[in-house]
Amino acid sequence: MVYLTRKAEFSASHYYHNPEFTAEENQRIFGKCNNPNGHGHNYTLEVTVKGEVDPRSGFVVDLKQLKETMSREVLEALDHRFLNKEVPEFFTRIPTTENLAITIWQRLSPRLQAAHLHRVRVYETPDLFVDFYGEA
Amino acid sequence: MKAYLTRRYMFSASHRLHSDFMSEAENAATYGKCNNPFGHGHNYTLEVTVSGPVDESTGMVCNLMDLDGFVQREILERFDHQNLNTVEEFARTVPTTENLCIVVYDILQRGFRHAHLEKVRFEETMMNSFEYWGENRVIK
Repeated sequence: MVYLTRKAEFSASHYYHNPEFTAEENQRIFGKCNNPNGHGHNYTLEVTVKGEVDPRSGFVVDLKQLKETMSREVLEALDHRFLNKEVPEFFTRIPTTENLAITIWQRLSPRLQAAHLHRVRVYETPDLFVDFYGEA
Repeated sequence: MKAYLTRRYMFSASHRLHSDFMSEAENAATYGKCNNPFGHGHNYTLEVTVSGPVDESTGMVCNLMDLDGFVQREILERFDHQNLNTVEEFARTVPTTENLCIVVYDILQRGFRHAHLEKVRFEETMMNSFEYWGENRVIK
């Protein structure tokens, strides 16, 4: 089994707010991230796939296809967007780094043909990242 | 759904590697420059990884304010700009980065209640890093 990781970057804005909380609860739980005008990050995405090395091609996965899938399913939807207002998953789900990792997994997983998705890692800043392995 | 959150922190501290169980010659042979009696320092990078189900109402494994607050209070205030050999945790233990991993892991394991502790990772320099997952744990 060999693991292959492809990186990508995207920039987006978001804010954290749960309509079921009071204004005070939103402020206490989410702090500065509750500003309704939003704020932004430069995100780094790492997608790790795993598989046996194909004896004919020497590849775990065709990197060109992986790159295209990431670009189509993730970057075009998220890059330079206001996540809460423009990405359907975040109309109801708070766009935390945790939920970004889960959402990216759910977008990629059914679209990767030969490769088996192992991990999605999302860096919100160089000092904060979340890993999702598809665990229930 | 279960996710893993990692947060990085930095602090600076000095230490001297010296074991009371060894002779002067053994200490010098084992620790080399790190045995200098006056000590030396590092900028440590600490990575804390916690895990848990993502709370549907907050979208979080745990609130970063809780994790940052705990690490600031219990770890950074204890070790930042200190000589590790003078800190209580290293009164009987050599302050190698291996032992620093274990000490910090134990502080988090005992006191941090907002998520499950997965691992502690330290970068002593850009070239050296150390991880501790607790005893008998499966490494992801």
